[in-house]
Amino acid sequence: MDVKDDTHRDAATPGPHIQMTYFEAIVQAQLEEMHRDERVVLMGEDVSVHGGGKLIECFGKNRVWNMPISEGSFTGVGIGAAINGLRPIVDISTASFIYLACDQIVNQASKLRYMTGGQIDIPIVFRCCMFSTGSEAAQHADRPYPLFMNVPGLKIVSPTSAADIKGLMKSAIRDGDPVLVFEDTRLWPLKGDVPTDPDHLIPIGKADVKREGEHVTVVAIAGAIRPTMEAANYLIEEGISVEVIDPRTLKPLDYEAIKMSIEKTGRLIIVENGHRICNVGSEIAAVMAEESFDLLKRPILRLSAPDIHVPFSPALEKDFFPTRDSIVGAIRRLL
Amino acid sequence: MQLKGDRRLEAFRRMLRIRRFEEEGRRLFNGGQIPGWFHTTVGQEGAIVGASLALRDDDAMTGTHRSHGHPIAKGAHLQALMAELMGKEGGVCKGRGGSMHFADSSVGIISESGIVGGGIPLATGCAFSAKVRGVDQVTLCFFGDGAVNQGTFHESLNMASLWRLPVIYLCENNGYAMTTSVATSHGQPDIALRAAGYGIPGEIVDGQDVSAVYQSAAYAVTRARAGQGPTLIVANTYRFDEHNIGLAVSGEPYRQVEEVEAHKRDRDPILLYRTVLLEEGVNEETLTTIEHEVAQAVTQAVQFALASPMPRPETLPDYMFVSTIAH
Repeated sequence: MDVKDDTHRDAATPGPHIQMTYFEAIVQAQLEEMHRDERVVLMGEDVSVHGGGKLIECFGKNRVWNMPISEGSFTGVGIGAAINGLRPIVDISTASFIYLACDQIVNQASKLRYMTGGQIDIPIVFRCCMFSTGSEAAQHADRPYPLFMNVPGLKIVSPTSAADIKGLMKSAIRDGDPVLVFEDTRLWPLKGDVPTDPDHLIPIGKADVKREGEHVTVVAIAGAIRPTMEAANYLIEEGISVEVIDPRTLKPLDYEAIKMSIEKTGRLIIVENGHRICNVGSEIAAVMAEESFDLLKRPILRLSAPDIHVPFSPALEKDFFPTRDSIVGAIRRLL
Repeated sequence: MQLKGDRRLEAFRRMLRIRRFEEEGRRLFNGGQIPGWFHTTVGQEGAIVGASLALRDDDAMTGTHRSHGHPIAKGAHLQALMAELMGKEGGVCKGRGGSMHFADSSVGIISESGIVGGGIPLATGCAFSAKVRGVDQVTLCFFGDGAVNQGTFHESLNMASLWRLPVIYLCENNGYAMTTSVATSHGQPDIALRAAGYGIPGEIVDGQDVSAVYQSAAYAVTRARAGQGPTLIVANTYRFDEHNIGLAVSGEPYRQVEEVEAHKRDRDPILLYRTVLLEEGVNEETLTTIEHEVAQAVTQAVQFALASPMPRPETLPDYMFVSTIAH
């Protein structure tokens, strides 16, 4: 699943743009794809809460289905429908609920194409919203993408800008295989310029350099992009230039984009909100140590949530995830 | 809605195709030519064939880890199935599935789930798709008595009832989930009664009587196609072989030898139906001819499978994805 294309920055997309939030871009992507392809249906609990209200108005109840609280099975209903001619978007809503659906996603969706020798296709999207902060407590605050990275047969995206989520959600819906979309809900209110072109697609498996720099490469995953950009802005006054890479797709990871960056900087930090053990940073660090060791001037650092559950109390939650200051500290250690 | 004319002979033929395929497979498995685990359908042919014959060719089906009988009952060719058992390139799943996963899409099977109860949501979704797309396709969902205790059974029946999906839930109740009996694992051993909790019809049928199963399934298929929703059919049947071939169960036997032998003697769906056909005036010669043809087809399947090459190592990643990255 190596991505051979070495272009790591999108050319400025020509054509008109519109300002919208990350959340509005998710809805817009689904709206356009449902207009484009009548096989696309939306299924989920309380779908109107997570952006489905507008879609029900547009497409009616035969395209937008409210699900009973049966994650372990409605996920499989989506998979069965995908095998039999539909292209479902299954809204898992809170990402922590995906554990209830693991058998269907792991044992069925990820495996059936392979196990049937390619007799069936499973074009399906699973939307998972990561509500990590705001005193949700541990059972509603998980960021479970690392678990699924260890499962062959799944594609996983977690973009950070409005334009990227629109383009990647559309690619996910058009893709012929199961795709998990992990949205960090702290990104939902962020505004950005989004192309209005209904064929604006961001390819799955391609990273983007969100900020160019010289001294250190910081790979920021999902919601970690916000404190990472704040840290980069803070350090510029000290003459420290930080390159920020957003992989956008977690699987397949765009290792080439990261290698190109550390070829320049020789220093690598990975920042994410997943727990520390076997997270995406572990994988990036391992591959860079295996394949690009000679490019590194300093050890690779990882910042993440600790191997402790997300606490309820604001006092405990405040510094649970990487902050601007912890990222600044890590960058200084490397220089 | 009864099995009539040549359909009766087809029922006999398909049951026999399963039986002979399984017997030959068991021989090859014991001879070391089939890897993995081997779960035969011997004894359960009446339930499987009776239900499958009620379907149209374009109807869909899902099955279980005891998967060999389902595609054969739906009319699949035997060669690619036998090759799959041996892990060959010419296998129906290209050697990626094996004994527990005999999905053959050429006859409308979307999956055979090795995870007990795992296929029930898929069948429900398959029927959901037919409803959304406005086509009159029906899905037949096979599972065993053990799967009835999985949450997927209950969640799926609820959704199928709620949306009146065109799906038939067919429980092959052979009395034992591996070694655990219905009596020791079901709070309500009358599985058909569970349908009432979801507001759908539930009925019990003699799974060793292929024409009774057909009649029951044909009625359910008609209801489903007419938009009247799902049905739960519990076909009481019996597994003649051990859970899987070669399984040694230590300690107190979970079923007595006399019980197994009595079923083989008195409750063999093929012997029972052979007698019925003769009583209905079918010639002995007609049945012998079918028996000969089936034996020949199984022999050819074995020859095909033995001649088929093993998958080449460089094909390991084949069939993982439709596309590695989006178009």
